[in-house]
Amino acid sequence: MSFDLETYFSEKPEGNIILFYKGNVDSDVINHVLDTVEEKMIAANEQSRLRKKVYNVLVESLQNLYHHVDKVPADFEDQSAERYGMLAVKKDGNSYRIITGNFVNLENALKLEAKIKRINRSSHEEIKELYKFILNHQRISAKGGGGLGLVDIARKTGNKFIYSFRKYNDTYSFFYLDILVNEEN
Amino acid sequence: MEPIIIEGTPKTPTVKFDAAQGIFEIKGRSIPENSVEFYKPLVDWLDSYKEGPLPKTVVNIKLEYFNTSSSKCILDVFKKLEAIHKAKNEVEVNWYYEEDDEDMLEAGEDYESIIRVPFKMIEIVE
Repeated sequence: MSFDLETYFSEKPEGNIILFYKGNVDSDVINHVLDTVEEKMIAANEQSRLRKKVYNVLVESLQNLYHHVDKVPADFEDQSAERYGMLAVKKDGNSYRIITGNFVNLENALKLEAKIKRINRSSHEEIKELYKFILNHQRISAKGGGGLGLVDIARKTGNKFIYSFRKYNDTYSFFYLDILVNEEN
Repeated sequence: MEPIIIEGTPKTPTVKFDAAQGIFEIKGRSIPENSVEFYKPLVDWLDSYKEGPLPKTVVNIKLEYFNTSSSKCILDVFKKLEAIHKAKNEVEVNWYYEEDDEDMLEAGEDYESIIRVPFKMIEIVE
């Protein structure tokens, strides 16, 4: 079975990649990515409304990787990364796409997929209510995540998640999440 | 009570909690990976302030960005303020947002709907 992290990108060639990263996702990497993308958006004279949405989604995407990625499989090429993730930021016309990739074990993959499906079939009003409910009723998890990241992204972008789980082996999948951020919503 | 004065960083906000004036401010970006670590001292400080608050406390929130883990911590801050208000002290929250930032306005409205303290939504026009 061939497995290539970049396959997903070659299958979806639209847009220009303005940032690509793969490796350990730690606090310094997060800072660097945020600074770089913010500078590029300012240089491109993006409207502050779009800039803020992209920045917010990027923060949540990176921190989802930071808090939630599962350990890499034992036979994976990069064993040094404690939190292995992949990130691409693409500009496609007036929109941005933020694409993340990370390993998930099969049990977590099922939970994650159920959560994404629930968000994707919810209306904007339902997502707002869900956000408020989680904010008010759920404690911050041991991992430090609030359980709000994906809900917040869906709320701010107003777009459905595009995603896929590609089987890596019997215990792991590689999860791709593709988020569209545009000005209309 | 000693005030809390914390300089902002690219990931954490500027904080000025002045018990003598009854004016509290949180300003800037709040996007740390570990929000609890940052906010716990503020929540603890408010617990002490709650024991002998001024008749009027004004809270100014001027955030440019905040992440979802900060959002829970900010709710904890508001819950302390709600307790002060419930004990028959005046508390006013001024929630500032930039004119094109509907997401930040909506975030303020979320808190307003959860917390029983008067909120004022203030648009910053550049």
